Amino acid sequence: MRSRLHLALLVLAIGVAWPGIATAGEDEPTTTAPPTGTPTAPPPTTIAPGEEALGGTLTESGEPVEGVTIRVEGVEGNPVGEAVTAEDGTWRIPVPEPGRYQVTIDVDTLPRGVDLRDEKRATLEIPVFPGRPSVALFALGELDTGGRPSTLERLAQSSVNGVKFGLIVAMTSIGLSLIFGTTGLINFAHGELVTFGAILAWFLNARGPNWQLILAGVAAAAIAGLLGGALEWSVWRPLRRRQVGLFQLFVITIGLSLLVRHALLIWFGGQRRQFTDYTIQKEWELGPVSITPRDLTIMIASIVILVAVATMLQRTRIGKALRAVSDDIDLSEASGIDVQRVILVVWVAGAALAATGGIFLGTIEAVDWEMGTRLLLLMFSAVILGGLGTAYGAMVGGLVVGLVTEVSTIWVSPALKIVFALAALVLALLVRPQGLLGRKERIG
Amino acid sequence: MELDVIFGNAVRTAIGPEAAIFALVAIGLNVHYGYTGLLNLGQVGFMLVGAYGLAISVATWGWSMWVGIPVGLAAAAVLALLLGIPTLRLRADYFAITTIAVAEILRIVTRSQAAKDVTGGAFGLQGIAGPFYDVNPIAPGDYGVGVAKFSENRLWVTVVTWVLVVLATGLVALLVRSPWGRVVRAIREDEDAARSLGKNVVAFKMQALVLGGVIGGLAGVMFAIRATSANAESFKSDVTFFAYLILILGGAATKWGPIVGAFIFWFVIAGTESFLRQADQEELLPGFLQGSEAVGAVTLILVGLALALLIVFRPQGIFGNRNEIRLET
Repeated sequence: MRSRLHLALLVLAIGVAWPGIATAGEDEPTTTAPPTGTPTAPPPTTIAPGEEALGGTLTESGEPVEGVTIRVEGVEGNPVGEAVTAEDGTWRIPVPEPGRYQVTIDVDTLPRGVDLRDEKRATLEIPVFPGRPSVALFALGELDTGGRPSTLERLAQSSVNGVKFGLIVAMTSIGLSLIFGTTGLINFAHGELVTFGAILAWFLNARGPNWQLILAGVAAAAIAGLLGGALEWSVWRPLRRRQVGLFQLFVITIGLSLLVRHALLIWFGGQRRQFTDYTIQKEWELGPVSITPRDLTIMIASIVILVAVATMLQRTRIGKALRAVSDDIDLSEASGIDVQRVILVVWVAGAALAATGGIFLGTIEAVDWEMGTRLLLLMFSAVILGGLGTAYGAMVGGLVVGLVTEVSTIWVSPALKIVFALAALVLALLVRPQGLLGRKERIG
Repeated sequence: MELDVIFGNAVRTAIGPEAAIFALVAIGLNVHYGYTGLLNLGQVGFMLVGAYGLAISVATWGWSMWVGIPVGLAAAAVLALLLGIPTLRLRADYFAITTIAVAEILRIVTRSQAAKDVTGGAFGLQGIAGPFYDVNPIAPGDYGVGVAKFSENRLWVTVVTWVLVVLATGLVALLVRSPWGRVVRAIREDEDAARSLGKNVVAFKMQALVLGGVIGGLAGVMFAIRATSANAESFKSDVTFFAYLILILGGAATKWGPIVGAFIFWFVIAGTESFLRQADQEELLPGFLQGSEAVGAVTLILVGLALALLIVFRPQGIFGNRNEIRLET
């Protein structure tokens, strides 16, 4: 009876968080802010208006450049089309629907003596809006005066990107690791908490109340924390009381993940969208690396949050109790710790941290309905690399995963970067299965 | 609302090649999870190497399809060995996460631009099943009643796949009744007990992993033959979860569970989709559910809900025996 009441309350809570659905139905175009650093120009007359396409004219010091291959891919890397520039340098690739696309110029097909002015600009991410073509500009000419960045400079830049991404992975992984540590549950739906936070923040920021992003983010993280607590209270605790096995709980999280993810898809739609604040910023040059003030702020905020979590774990009563429960649940219960309360705290804090990570990631890149799912395996890698069940392990593992994925882009295509994180996971299991910070115990 | 169309679509899919392919996937998973207790979350990876083993042999290397099929099956066996060596000694939760990670690695690498020359990248490989349809003995025409009509090629691939399903079911049933089957079930029940009886637990698990993996690879081969192409995007992790739902629905560790489960799963999925599409056309749906994207999403919401509810309230499935399934990891 009690559990049924809990379930009813949860449904009510979700219903309250749902009002955005009405606004989502109205088919407004997605946010119109161009992404940072994308060159914008009036569309030339060479592409016909009235339909969605990408196009442009390739010239070098006024002369059209012919026979260069240009490819368009979706943001997921799915191919959309390919074109070769015509005699007058024009090219055009129709796209199936409005959205964001990656346009790549094949540098190898450029004629001898013609180069891309900025090597890093071989791939541009361009938004296409309903009913009109978008333009992608590739600047040809002499290489920039800085010349080609040395491997060391690229290493510095990708390390910064890696730390930035790693801090976010670390933040989202803490909940996953602590939930496992305290209850033994592998939460496959943890990625959906990340997505939920970002999408909720988007609705508070870009729709509905139109709050400034920081306010919207704080509110979204708080609501996600409440959702995590409500889940524990209405689903997991009653199921544990029924003595449902861990494997069954694991399968339930898979079902829950499918359910929540596709509910979010219906709510948010399939597009990638950006928050309304902090979209366009000029990068700061700090020695060999460049970073936008937005990303730097996010890095600092992430560090502050992680330090706060660590302090809470070390210094406060609940933190100590939490580490005790994670270590040995029976012994902590016997020594008078309210284990159920500790687990509730873990769910609230873990969900809020996951949502915060999602909001940060959405600010740096964009918000979409699968962002958390894509992050899930990286979180698992982080948690296992660092040592299952410990908060510090998740932090260290997250940083390692972030660094490995970003630094790998120096040598291999960015589309493959996630493979390196997963390969690191498999390698770690071979060499040190208890993880970097895990205790050596029987895991076979 | 034309109920006969909905019913016809549901039946057409439930007896069609899709259901048969998923029955094969679930039979492989039944060997892993149902009988041996291996929580393999990367079954779709075996399908992928099966499908691409065939597709690469034919489309990239120009070999005959009849050579490509054994190549696909061998690739699945090799994957099982490579996967098993580092992970079978680990605890069940580590094994689960590693298998899904490996399946994702395979999908991402296969569709990447870097592998384009071999795998066709994100475009995949086409035109790989010509000889299969050349030997089709069924006369051209439409077979069936109402909406549930099969062209001669669809009927041919359907019959062959279902025959393979029956053969695989028989093989697994015989093996499970053999001494080998008793050992793997003992491992599922209590690994330490099996070990203390002098059984080489890791070797038996490895054999089970290879057997189930090759059946998964066979499903991948039939998947590629049915589509006459291979595309990495068909092999997302959701496929593995569908197979788990099928297995749990029909009853894990039962002989007919995968077949019954596949039939019910596809009947409900195709029926729901057909119903939602009709409701969409007749504008009976509320605004936020309109459009094909939402129809697909609603179906997957139902899959997730069914998976969660089933495992709580009837973990043994429809025909399963509650004592035969492993509930603890």
